[in-house]
Amino acid sequence: MTGLRIVSPGLMVTVQDGGRTGLRGYGVSAAGPMDAGAHALANVLVGNDADAAALEFAGHGGQMEMLQDARIAVTGGTCDVTVNGQPVQPGQGYHLAAGSVLCIGQLRDATWGYIAVAGAITTPPVLGARATHLRSGLGGYFGRSLQAGDILPIGPAPDARCRRIIYPLRAATPMARGPIRVVLGPQDDRFSPDVLDQLTAQPFTVTAQRDRMAMVLGGVQLPASGGHDIVSDGSVPGSVQVPGSGNPLILMAESQTTGGYPKIATVIGADLGRLAQLPSGAQFHFATVSRDMAEDLWLAHCRHLRSVLNNLENASDTVIGGSGGRV
Amino acid sequence: MRFPYSFLPSGDQTLTVEFGTAIDPQINDRVIALAADLADYPIAGVTEITPTYRSLLLRYDPHNIRGAALERALATRIAGLGDVAAAGREWRVPICYGGAVGQDLQDLADMKGMPVQQVIDLHLSAQYRVYMIGFAPGFAYLGGLPQPLHTPRLAKPRQLIPEGAVGIGGQQANINSVAGPSGWRFIGWTPVKLFDPKRAQPFLLAAGDRLRFAQITADEGAQLAARAANGDPLIAPTVMS
Repeated sequence: MTGLRIVSPGLMVTVQDGGRTGLRGYGVSAAGPMDAGAHALANVLVGNDADAAALEFAGHGGQMEMLQDARIAVTGGTCDVTVNGQPVQPGQGYHLAAGSVLCIGQLRDATWGYIAVAGAITTPPVLGARATHLRSGLGGYFGRSLQAGDILPIGPAPDARCRRIIYPLRAATPMARGPIRVVLGPQDDRFSPDVLDQLTAQPFTVTAQRDRMAMVLGGVQLPASGGHDIVSDGSVPGSVQVPGSGNPLILMAESQTTGGYPKIATVIGADLGRLAQLPSGAQFHFATVSRDMAEDLWLAHCRHLRSVLNNLENASDTVIGGSGGRV
Repeated sequence: MRFPYSFLPSGDQTLTVEFGTAIDPQINDRVIALAADLADYPIAGVTEITPTYRSLLLRYDPHNIRGAALERALATRIAGLGDVAAAGREWRVPICYGGAVGQDLQDLADMKGMPVQQVIDLHLSAQYRVYMIGFAPGFAYLGGLPQPLHTPRLAKPRQLIPEGAVGIGGQQANINSVAGPSGWRFIGWTPVKLFDPKRAQPFLLAAGDRLRFAQITADEGAQLAARAANGDPLIAPTVMS
């Protein structure tokens, strides 16, 4: 048998590639990874295209058995990773022999982790992508999170070496990088100047109410003097919606395409992955930037990511693990 | 023709073009006209367009076009839009009233103090406008529901309404494109699958389309449903002059 078998699933483990584009007008949002940089890195460490289909997990990755020889890499944050009980490092590709059991513990400084396999996960594409859209039950492995016993097909591995990261994706942990930056709008005119001040003056808390669709924030209420109902318009990952409760929620990878709550601001693309990685309970501030600056920051973010992905070093290609692995 | 509109900043890769803040056929006409113009003559760097009731959301790649330049390009486009709505498509959607899926038909008739047949006749009499697709894959928000059928949504949404259920929510009508929870009131069902990811044409309706319902019997519905399950879209649009 070939592929990768889930022995015990981690939390919300899904197949994710770069996501779907062009279908928002038909009610289908992109899905794809919560932290696109970490997803791309995992892929490139094993020689895949940056947007190839890999596995995403929330919190801990669980255990999986390689049913064939395969290069793998784990990214996202700091966590204990073992192959047949022997520790290995996140941020590095490894060549695993068939029968190896890969065990991925709890992320300590992040929320979303990635497991890439050389050759990528080759579940059938749906609407042009393999990304799992959990809410719509589309794509990935039957549109759902992985369960014990699931066997995922793996494509032919590209001819490449195992690689290791030299420069980190982010200078420090997600929390140590300052405020999450937003561009005000599209409906900031629904909020009074006092409330707009609150948006940047007060700390918000990441609550446990979070999934691939949205993160609910606590700590500060943002009442809309113009009312909390609008005739629906479009929304995107990063939209900071404020429903009647006054507690903002930020739409993420599986954002709905349209919505009827006012959106006070939009998180900039350069900070979206970092926001997703904030642990539940973390506090952070928002800061506003102009659209022009946000575009510059996005271009700089993409340049930095390219430079990280282009400056990897070769790692050992020694085959580790093998059958009879015990955990 | 000059239309009032405004550009609403929506981050560094998204721009909202707002033609109004209400549910209004004229506002929606402008949205659809601009969406059609951008589909026919794309602006380089625009990657995705979501037409809504009253606005368009454009995704763009700042590597190819900056937001300020996109606004300038759009201003020129909007200034050149005609004042006559382009010919659209009309669909005839078969509907089977009542039954297990149309569980609210009798209650609705009782609430309105009219016979069930009158509810059906009113529902069949209208031409509906697809204001936008959103909320779920292929989910169409339909305007044009005759005023006597306007009915508030249920206070407590139901957990599972099947795909194909035809409902009423406030002043709007809908056809469920996927199964899921809903607070709408349902009066019938259609064998047509508005969304089928396995079909060559996964989505049938688009924003700006019109549709009318055509009544069928439960037997006819069952036969059509069997064909739809095998990937037959069952219906095709006609182009309105």
